[in-house]
Amino acid sequence: MCLAIPIRVEALLPGQMARVTLSGVSKIVSIALVENVRVGDYVLLHVGYALTRLDPDEAERTLDLMHEAAVPGLSAIAGYGA
Amino acid sequence: MSLPRLRARKLDIRSGLVDLSHGAGGRASAQLIDGIFREAFDNPYLAQGNDQAVFNVPAGRMAMSTDGYVIWPLFFPGGDIGSLAVHGTINDLAMAGAQPLHLTASYIIEEGFPLADLQRIAQSMGRAAADAGTAIVTGDTKVVERGKGDGVFISTTGIGLVPAGLELSGDRARPGDCVILSGSIGDHGIAVMSQRGSLGFETDILSDSAPLHGLVAAMIDVAGPSLRLMRDPTRGGLAATLNEIAQQSGCGFRIEEAKIPVHPAVLAACELLGLDPLNVANEGKLVAVVAPAAADRLLAAMRAHPTGRQASIIGNVTEDDLHLVQMTTSFGGGRILDWLAGEQLPRIC
Amino acid sequence: MKYIDEYRDGNLARAIAATIAEQAVAGRHYRFMEFCGGHTHAISRYGIEDLLPANVEMVHGPGCPVCVLPVGRIDDAIRLAMRPEVTLCTYADLMRVPATAGASLLKAKAAGADIRMIYSPRDAVLLAEAEPGRHMVFFAIGFETTTPSTALAIGLARQKALTNFSVFCNHVLTPSAIRAILDTDHLPEAERVQVDGFIGPAHVSTVIGTSPYRALATQFGKPVVVAGFEPLDVVQAILMLVRQVNEGRSEVENQYIRAVTSEGNVIARRAIADIFELRDSFEWRGLGELPLSALRLRPAYAQFDAERRFEVIPAPAADNPACECGAVLRALKKPVDCRLFGTACSPETPMGSCMVSPEGACAAHWTYGRFRDRAKIGAAA
Repeated sequence: MCLAIPIRVEALLPGQMARVTLSGVSKIVSIALVENVRVGDYVLLHVGYALTRLDPDEAERTLDLMHEAAVPGLSAIAGYGA
Repeated sequence: MSLPRLRARKLDIRSGLVDLSHGAGGRASAQLIDGIFREAFDNPYLAQGNDQAVFNVPAGRMAMSTDGYVIWPLFFPGGDIGSLAVHGTINDLAMAGAQPLHLTASYIIEEGFPLADLQRIAQSMGRAAADAGTAIVTGDTKVVERGKGDGVFISTTGIGLVPAGLELSGDRARPGDCVILSGSIGDHGIAVMSQRGSLGFETDILSDSAPLHGLVAAMIDVAGPSLRLMRDPTRGGLAATLNEIAQQSGCGFRIEEAKIPVHPAVLAACELLGLDPLNVANEGKLVAVVAPAAADRLLAAMRAHPTGRQASIIGNVTEDDLHLVQMTTSFGGGRILDWLAGEQLPRIC
Repeated sequence: MKYIDEYRDGNLARAIAATIAEQAVAGRHYRFMEFCGGHTHAISRYGIEDLLPANVEMVHGPGCPVCVLPVGRIDDAIRLAMRPEVTLCTYADLMRVPATAGASLLKAKAAGADIRMIYSPRDAVLLAEAEPGRHMVFFAIGFETTTPSTALAIGLARQKALTNFSVFCNHVLTPSAIRAILDTDHLPEAERVQVDGFIGPAHVSTVIGTSPYRALATQFGKPVVVAGFEPLDVVQAILMLVRQVNEGRSEVENQYIRAVTSEGNVIARRAIADIFELRDSFEWRGLGELPLSALRLRPAYAQFDAERRFEVIPAPAADNPACECGAVLRALKKPVDCRLFGTACSPETPMGSCMVSPEGACAAHWTYGRFRDRAKIGAAA
């Protein structure tokens, strides 16, 4: 369930709204569920509401972990906690 | 002493509305046709003012096609119902290899429709036809009561001449044949969707509505005898078209997703709404199935043409008694392209 | 598309899949359930099964709110929509779901009901504001991902003092459904769950966090890996599950660290708690009545509750008796094991919950994966 897409915050608007854009496609959506949203942040968008901010460091770390997992003879996957 | 001539009131195109008298066949109808359609379509057949166009027919096979257009909104990024109608019929003829000879257009207009909008549509049609070297030579208008039409519905019919020696049909695909797509998919459907109220969004995506007869002429020139069939993936998208051909030809397909061009903005809009570009309508693209030996030169000829710059060999025809359209995803896995029951709807899940 | 494309790298996926093949112990069979329909869709659409070794199998769970919505609730929605003063606002997902006697919202629209497809519950509120002569009923469905949005929309309606807006609430809870899948020890052998671990939902978890899965993992001894929706996320999560099984662990791990935290979205949960309360029990299509598994509006918001305003009386409707959705949802059977699959039951004529939405196990298999059945039939012949 739950199609939610990562999308960039282009502008903050009154009433806890924002303009978000993905590859040139824009919508005005609510950011009332996420605190301290800033222009340039990426949020997860679902039915017109941002659900959470995407963490760029964790996104990077995820890719690193994926690359580590792609190495043959791997004995442990470090880093993913609960 | 001469009787005073009745001075005809000019059509108030700027703020006037279509009313029931415009469809009644009397003076008001004539005024509408003169003021809007004859002006916009500007050709000797219409100028004659008859209910039909009479012309000589070249020897050989003719192709004829008809279509109805009920699109909403009437005006969308990259086109309108008028140009869409002209391109659509030109393209249906082109898929048989035919250059358009003459077109007809019939209008069912809702009472209250702004004359300014009607003029805009008519002028768009006139331009689209002229740009394609053809004309709307005869037509009809009717007006229905308010609430009984969606602004305007348009029906177009076209005839064209099919070059000798060309044998194109949906049942001619054979295992081993190559499948070529003329360009990016999803542009039209997404451009229209972007205007649809709650489901809408801001974007620069334009409908790809365009006539394909020029591209087709170039294709026939270079590979006519090797062409099995051409089809334009309109409603239902590329997935529907490939499935139709698979059924008609009794074959299957193997397609490579990575070879299918899609504009980034179309991909983004599809992500947003949960749509698959493969199911989205196109109005300026074609799929061609060709014997493998001619594929490379056909591709080159298409890419050399302005309407086919992004042409791509996307796969081939397979032997398959289940007539499945199989696809290798860009990801590397396998899936089939299903034939949807109806229009694909956006999803949240 | 940033944060999307990089997680769709096929080469990297194949490399991780090679590691899965290496780590999966020969002779051992691994069966993992992805709970969430979005994962079912991703697995089917990207052909992830083709990358996995033969002894790692994915089975599909009930995490599709369209699929688990009982037929009777669609009937109720159609009845609401047929009221002359009501405009039913709905997600497009629900338009084609078949109700009793082949009815559907799409057919009701054809028969004159004012039904509008919307993208966001907020749009339904704005429509109510723009059309004071109509009563907008928003047909709310969804797991915890979607519930906060409905909550905020109701808050907005209250702020605007609207009297012509209400919600037909069908929001359901994820942990309850997972529990229903797992809690089968009291059932006969043939009906007990046969799953070694779960891929936990991506976006539900952004709201509820990963903590709610801990009790389930511990109580039933099954590992849970919360994963993102992109194919690389899913492949990575499968590797993590294989490792947990090999090491005899039944922990909750979070693969979707870029979006999910253990505590989730507190603001969202507060919004939900403000507006909604638990129903004692709710019927789930294919799973039966589940206790404390769904939400309704609190009495304080009665004026926004369509069930109260229009006195909706639940009228349960049964599924086709030959429908095996219950077994499919619990991973006891595969779509092809159901007599109706591909014959009476297809995406065009869905008989049960697993076929009604593109995410349902049967629909996903039909739409993307049925070419694999031919290979199996051919091999057996």
